[in-house]
Amino acid sequence: MIFHHLILRVVTKLLVGTIILFALYVQFHGDFSPGGGFQAGVIMAVAFILYGIVFSLESVKKVFPEWLVHKILALGVLIYAGTGIATMLLGYDFLDYDAFAPLHPTHGQHWGLLAIEFGVGVTVTGVMVAIYYAFAGRPPSLTDEDW
Amino acid sequence: MANTALVAEHTARTLYDHLPLLQVLVPFCAAPLIVLLGSRRLAWPLAFVSSAIALIISVMLMMSVREGGYISYTMGGWSPPLGIEYRIDATNAYVLMLISAIGTVVLPFAYVSVKDEIRSKDHSLFYACWMLCLTGLLGMVATGDAFNVFVFLEISSLSTYVLVAQGAARDRRALTAAYDYLIMGTIGATFFVIGLGMLYMATGTLNMADLADRIADQGANRTVRSGFAFIVVGLGLKVAMFPLHLWLPKAYTFAPSAVTVFLSATATKAALYVLMRFIFSVYHPDFSFTTNALEIIFLPLAIIAMFSASFVAAFQINFKRMLAYSSIAQVGYMLLGIAILTETGLTAALLHMFNHGLAKALLFMGVGALVLRTGSAFYTQISGLGRKMPLTCGAIVVGGLSLIGVPGTAGFLSKWLLVQAALERVAENSSFLLVSIAIVLSSLLAVVYVWRVFEVLYLREPDPNSTATEAPLMMLIPMWILAGSCLWFGLSTDFLYDIANQAALGLLDGSMGMLDSNEALGVK
Repeated sequence: MIFHHLILRVVTKLLVGTIILFALYVQFHGDFSPGGGFQAGVIMAVAFILYGIVFSLESVKKVFPEWLVHKILALGVLIYAGTGIATMLLGYDFLDYDAFAPLHPTHGQHWGLLAIEFGVGVTVTGVMVAIYYAFAGRPPSLTDEDW
Repeated sequence: MANTALVAEHTARTLYDHLPLLQVLVPFCAAPLIVLLGSRRLAWPLAFVSSAIALIISVMLMMSVREGGYISYTMGGWSPPLGIEYRIDATNAYVLMLISAIGTVVLPFAYVSVKDEIRSKDHSLFYACWMLCLTGLLGMVATGDAFNVFVFLEISSLSTYVLVAQGAARDRRALTAAYDYLIMGTIGATFFVIGLGMLYMATGTLNMADLADRIADQGANRTVRSGFAFIVVGLGLKVAMFPLHLWLPKAYTFAPSAVTVFLSATATKAALYVLMRFIFSVYHPDFSFTTNALEIIFLPLAIIAMFSASFVAAFQINFKRMLAYSSIAQVGYMLLGIAILTETGLTAALLHMFNHGLAKALLFMGVGALVLRTGSAFYTQISGLGRKMPLTCGAIVVGGLSLIGVPGTAGFLSKWLLVQAALERVAENSSFLLVSIAIVLSSLLAVVYVWRVFEVLYLREPDPNSTATEAPLMMLIPMWILAGSCLWFGLSTDFLYDIANQAALGLLDGSMGMLDSNEALGVK
């Protein structure tokens, strides 16, 4: 089975790294160019989904195990909420990024947005991959007694 | 290159200023934390601690707004109406208190019940969903932003569908029940958001107080009117208003016991609060269409619900399903209180919301305890258990009496007020005499269906082969806390009455309007 689709496999191997790099670009350059956490998360997930489609679900689950998907899914939400809690601890309103640089609010906004967008990116990656796993892994995980 | 001259002076917020937000944020953070830790043993304590913190916060909020006025909290330093505002006044502090109190009391019960009814590998995710549901319910009550209500409504609904479907470990029909609820709930949420869209089109704002100010200038604008219709139907589905109630009996019957307890006492109540908020604070009864909707639609539907659902309940052979139908009837009483449209009527509706929450949570807990010991809620399976599980059944009796509205229990007070509210309006419209008679007659139906349970539990012979023993202490304590409060609030009526009355007055006054911009910069 592994000998089929040679071209697809070679191209995929080349592309996966590039896709992840592009996702990181969209993630962290999102405040200067189109993009942001959601788009970056989807692109990041695409790298794994593509790998899964070409190399089988088992191999992608070796790279990105299901338990890890669940963890980062929750982690992203906590990064977002944690940013808000940090601003609260600094004495400002929830998610008021001025708190990070009170003397230069524009910078504060900048940093705060980077942090929450990172949270969004992490969660979206997790959710997209989790949805793919759920659909792709559907037939084997249903036994007769499940019905 | 910091330019201090351009930066406004900032007064640091204290923890106390953050209370309206923490009310929602604490349970919200608990959910991903439970998933992240992934520990079956830590899930429950985390859930319990954060619900307890939410309860403490809601009591503190209640204490600061019970004399009237409101607390406004702004997100991210964006002052309303642009930014999202959380606005706590007597009305939503009251509902927040109900939701977080029930959420906290149910959890010890859930600990035993969930272990029994749900596969152990799902436990941590189950509690994560539970916390999300609590977050959604608290959020939709706390927020002062109409679109934010929708977001929280969806958070609570989506997690509710998952929670209901968890009953599948015991009975596969939970899946179809959850699916039905999903379809109906989604239609409801869609209608709600369509209504919001129309409001936004007509006014250009989503902040409730600002909406109220702007709608007042619109007069008979057709967009605003159809927005009202969409919102009422959408929320009506969530409230289980009479012809839109079909999802409820199935969802309540097949959900895990603990989930049913939690939902029955909180979910419809939160939706009902949002409905009241829209009817009274966003739209105002001064609008003829609002009043017409209340009199022509709410009033008859409420009365039909009181009778038909009680009637159906009387013929059920499953305790849990019977209680689900009774919930629809009880929602009828609350809607009736709203439709009477007087201070007394609203107070009665709000009080009934709380009292019914207590009684129904107690009764569903009783069912949960019986299910734990016998595996079924059918009358044939639980007959004669009054002798084998005296404490459980004693609590069920207290809850049942409160559901009927026997003097000395909390249910009596709210039904009495409701009758009084109807009688107050007899002078202007004699048909309200019929309404008050309807309340009394439908209470008699409640006697019928509650009596059937008493008869099954106490007068029938127990199954000789039954090995049922008294429910564990973790279940009995929450049950008797609720039973105690049913009796306490029935005898010492002032505390709740004063709060509900304040809340009703706040609702009838309509919107409190926008803060002026200086005030908006600081937490009031």
